[in-house]
Amino acid sequence: MTLDARSVTLHLGLLAVLVVLGFVLPTYHQGNLARILVLATYTIGYNVLFGYTGLLSLGHAMFFAAGMYGCGLVMHLGGWPVLPALLMGLVCAAALSAVVALLALRTIGVAFMIVTLMFAQAVYLTVLYLGAWTGGDEGFVIAQASRQIAGFALTDPLTRYFAALMIFAVALLITARMMQMPFGRVLIGVRENEERTQMLGYDVFRHKLLAVIISGTIAGGAGAAYAILFGYVGATFASVQYSIFPLLWVLLGGMGTTIGPLIGVAFMFYLIDYASGLTNAYMLIAGAVLVLLTLFARAGIVGEIRNRWVPWLP
Amino acid sequence: MTKLLKTSRRTLLKSAGAGALMASSPLLGRFASAQSSEPIKIGFQQHSTGIGAAYGRWYGRTTDAAVKMINEAGGINGRPVEIIAEDDGTDPKRGAEVVEKFANQHNCDVAFGTLFSHVVIGSAPAAGEQKLPYFVVSEGHHVASGGLNRYTMQPGITDVKSQVQAMAPYVAENLGKKVTMIFPDFAFGHDHRDFFTAAIEAQGGEVLEHIAVPPAETSFTKYFPKIPRDTEVLYHVMVGPAVLTFVKELGEFFGPSSPAIFGFIDSLEAVDLASPGLEFLEGTYFWEGNPRYAQEDQTSYDKNFRAAVGVDENGASVSDASDVSTYAHMFGCWETLHIIKAGMESADYQGPADRQKLIEAVEAMTDMAESDAHPQGPKMFNGKTHQVFGVQYISKVENGRLVKVHTTSIEDTMYPDEVDYTTQSF
Repeated sequence: MTLDARSVTLHLGLLAVLVVLGFVLPTYHQGNLARILVLATYTIGYNVLFGYTGLLSLGHAMFFAAGMYGCGLVMHLGGWPVLPALLMGLVCAAALSAVVALLALRTIGVAFMIVTLMFAQAVYLTVLYLGAWTGGDEGFVIAQASRQIAGFALTDPLTRYFAALMIFAVALLITARMMQMPFGRVLIGVRENEERTQMLGYDVFRHKLLAVIISGTIAGGAGAAYAILFGYVGATFASVQYSIFPLLWVLLGGMGTTIGPLIGVAFMFYLIDYASGLTNAYMLIAGAVLVLLTLFARAGIVGEIRNRWVPWLP
Repeated sequence: MTKLLKTSRRTLLKSAGAGALMASSPLLGRFASAQSSEPIKIGFQQHSTGIGAAYGRWYGRTTDAAVKMINEAGGINGRPVEIIAEDDGTDPKRGAEVVEKFANQHNCDVAFGTLFSHVVIGSAPAAGEQKLPYFVVSEGHHVASGGLNRYTMQPGITDVKSQVQAMAPYVAENLGKKVTMIFPDFAFGHDHRDFFTAAIEAQGGEVLEHIAVPPAETSFTKYFPKIPRDTEVLYHVMVGPAVLTFVKELGEFFGPSSPAIFGFIDSLEAVDLASPGLEFLEGTYFWEGNPRYAQEDQTSYDKNFRAAVGVDENGASVSDASDVSTYAHMFGCWETLHIIKAGMESADYQGPADRQKLIEAVEAMTDMAESDAHPQGPKMFNGKTHQVFGVQYISKVENGRLVKVHTTSIEDTMYPDEVDYTTQSF
């Protein structure tokens, strides 16, 4: 079996398993998995920039929030239906990521991290400042009645699950394919050795610019999806912790792996969920597990599997 | 020797028919359910970690005390009450997940206890979708503003709009009419800004300056020169970890000569008034949802409430005098649990199928007399807006204690309805 064929089988097989899980999981876990799929979509977006291009952003929450507010505000204030609102979320995230990329890519390394962090903080404070429309830190609810497509209520657990799966599948397949194309190879080249890539004649700035825009737009799509599927838009999602989360999830799942984001989000979600049932000091448990993973699985869960047993894992 | 149990097809059909009859008969179903000793499960969405942890700790203690009292009195409809607490980390995303966990994994009958507004607003859609009655103890205006849904109610604590509005008559008559407001520059502060400004203007007063402090601020000295010289009353409300710094710096700025100072106790909930640097608060005024210090005219209800929760006459834990309670808010948990009990008994609640009846029973409530179930004071519930209204207290710091100087009427706190949830379908 060629690498491409194995990759296609893996991704389609994963999606088939997720389809089956939608029907067999109990309601609680079905709801959890819907959230995990949306957050994994966000993490896939982050992985494009961090995992494949090697640019560590500390401000991705601004892209997630751009999609969330771009979509949520037109639904809440303008009464837009779901699909045009989703498109608006994507446009907002793409526009913001293009502007941020043009400015932030003038820097590299630690400076890039700091600049993205500062831009994200500016977006967060803007959300608070425009409280009359955004609801400030409290946020706002998107009416249940407006969250439907062609008569299918997205508040129905099964419909919501498959909507989340669809968004995840699109992001997964696009990025998986992209990383097998020359464009994706150049991104990996930038990560491995930027100077050499430049000397080979590739336009590194243009590739990094496109990487930020693609990454930010996918993150924004996840933000818009969260607003539509779960009915809440709030400034918390623009705060710094939601910039740190995708970094954590990518590191846990395995940076530069296509299925790592899903594994990382799911692992962290259920670690918190179960540990919080045992003790109020559940973050201590989470912290201890993360330290162990850092010590014994430095490449993340999927990354470690790739390094040890399955070298072809995309 | 093992005897094999043989079941004929006829016997099986008879048994199945009898079973189907039992299951389909509502009367028999109710009887069977009424005889159940299964506990009523109440999901307690607790801020055990995150910015709301100090509140969450005391909300937890109050909840445990109320449930103990309810169970000792026979429970609800003859069934014991079981609290299932889940930490939401004071985070709206986790809050929604916790509500779904209550509904789908713990099979709770209702959920209750959320305080911070962003967590309430983030969780309310999940409660509406799960059709899980969601009793919040938040004091936010989000319920009465009409932004949530029919399953979300706030029957045990008043909202910020009514609290703020009720302060204006006393402030205008006793402290002054030229007010400068200092508040955090996010929704909680904006509520104070908007509601108090309108209320003081209705009393013939005015706000000379609105000073909004960014949420991440850690030093406040640079804001104080913005306070106009002719300010008669300084109105402050601040929350978060920088509160102590704020109050200390305010004292250092004014020294012995300051305008009258009026604040919301939210600034100092769970903080000992004897903390170094707070001496300057002597002679200033505070809104209190419930007087932290036992007053001269303390009711037997307040006395019983303190004893049950384990709070001394200074508002601190009986086992640790430095562990100051969130007394102005935590009574809301106590009262809400008693309202859930009253609602379930009124609706003859037997299980999740009766959730709509429970909502309707609570919506039908009106007057709530001061009692052991309502130790904070009398209240009036508005079933249309799902919001309760009740008396508010103003206290003055005298000799390091908060001494009650004014009690508002319930009417002072009321405002026109902004929503009618009863018109929404279930």
